[in-house]
Amino acid sequence: MFYVSMFFQYLSQYLKTRLQYRADLFVEFFSDLLSQAINLVFILVVFGHTNMLHGWNRDEIIFIYGFFLVPYAVFSAFFNIWDFNERYIVKGELDRILTRPIHSLFQIILERLELESLFGALTGLAVMFYAGSRLGIEVHWYHPFLFIVFVIGGALVYGGVFIMLACISFWADARTSLMPMMYNISNYGRYPVNIYNNIIRFVLTWILPFAFVGVYPAAFFLGKEEWYWYSFFTPVIGIIFFVSSVLLWNQGVKKYRGAGN
Amino acid sequence: MDKYLEMIRIRFLMMLAYRTNYYTGIFIYSINIGAYYFLWTAIYGGKEQIQGLSVIQMTTYVAISWMARAFYFNNLDREMAMEIMEGKVAVELIRPYNYLGMKTMQGLGEGIFRLFFFSAPGLVIVYFIFPIRFTWDLSVWGLFTISILLSFLINTQLNLLTGITTFFLYNNMGLIRAKRVVIDLFSGLLLPISFFPGWAQGIMKYLPFQGISYIPSMIFTKGFSHQQAIEALGQQLLWVIILVIPIQLLWHAAKKQLVIQGG
Repeated sequence: MFYVSMFFQYLSQYLKTRLQYRADLFVEFFSDLLSQAINLVFILVVFGHTNMLHGWNRDEIIFIYGFFLVPYAVFSAFFNIWDFNERYIVKGELDRILTRPIHSLFQIILERLELESLFGALTGLAVMFYAGSRLGIEVHWYHPFLFIVFVIGGALVYGGVFIMLACISFWADARTSLMPMMYNISNYGRYPVNIYNNIIRFVLTWILPFAFVGVYPAAFFLGKEEWYWYSFFTPVIGIIFFVSSVLLWNQGVKKYRGAGN
Repeated sequence: MDKYLEMIRIRFLMMLAYRTNYYTGIFIYSINIGAYYFLWTAIYGGKEQIQGLSVIQMTTYVAISWMARAFYFNNLDREMAMEIMEGKVAVELIRPYNYLGMKTMQGLGEGIFRLFFFSAPGLVIVYFIFPIRFTWDLSVWGLFTISILLSFLINTQLNLLTGITTFFLYNNMGLIRAKRVVIDLFSGLLLPISFFPGWAQGIMKYLPFQGISYIPSMIFTKGFSHQQAIEALGQQLLWVIILVIPIQLLWHAAKKQLVIQGG
């Protein structure tokens, strides 16, 4: 209960600071929208030259992209830990966090909220509805529930992987550029995994399971029965990765020694 | 002139000091090239050619355009924005050099560093992993060299222009991000301009972006004939000259209404 009230307190502070710089907020919305539009343009232009991508048609690929945007938006709103190393370890900010009686990871998540990213979920939904209606996907009563479960699962996969990466800073204090690298790898999950070779497909499924953020769960709504098994595995993978990342974090915090000053 | 050359050298040495960061960078770029390689092979399916490019040419296109990006890419817009916001630009302005010229030279130092420590080893690695075909025709290499120099200039000019807008907008991080995304698409980094529908190509012909990535990459993959390559170089040069005008105008306006926000 205490955690819930803390969440709302941070939320109100967050809204105050954000609304102070409205022009900035607007430009941020706009540039997010632009980068999403550009990914769509890419898909559209590519399908001007081909009809099928290993058995997936244009609207299906667009649908997957739209689905991907939703868990990605949830992830970017709540797990904004790209600069964990610089901000919390190098500058010693983590000392301040650790003196307080709330779980350290929870505090960092609250401090670094970026709820404006949730806007991307709306774009994603719009893209999904557009592609879905062209494909004639029927919406059943259980679809919204499964959608929410899959989105949470996907966001937890993302969150888990990036928290684990942040945890590296507890053991090695050198700056690493692993985060941008992961971001690049995560882009692989936006396209059907069967276009990649077996090694990459294995990595994307079991080691860095970014395929569970885009193509696997989306395949369920597209009625691709051969992938159903993977689709239903999404929340399981999400929970496994997230829980192990939190356990790793707890171990890491024990190792943390502070940066001085 | 000496001081500008010195600036290139200093930036080069500075980058050298932090070179470990770049080994992971090569890896990141290889991953990107890999992603697009698989995507493009899937797109080609069984097709021999799309828009006059074969699969191998396309892979080469992707590889060379990412590796050339390492040379022309810089964060001058971000650096300028920081210097302006922190008020450091005031000190820069009283120093006995041209601020914009100095920034360009710093970008060049960075570019030369990345050319030797990033693009060159990166290309060798990529060459062994993916089916890429390099030409050994020296005239192609010559044209390509001129072309990436011009693309460095165009990209740097656009960065300076974006940087200068900080004087008027105070906080332009959103604009900087938007500019980067636009350049990735319209420069031909993600896909060749010739893949776009005709009307879009017609518009892009009148924009400077394709001089950044499309032209050098097409020259390298021999997607252009010799004649087309020469014309394309002329087009790049023209843009370098045209872009000087808005930069100078905005720069003079900016200096007049400069507000130092601290420092």
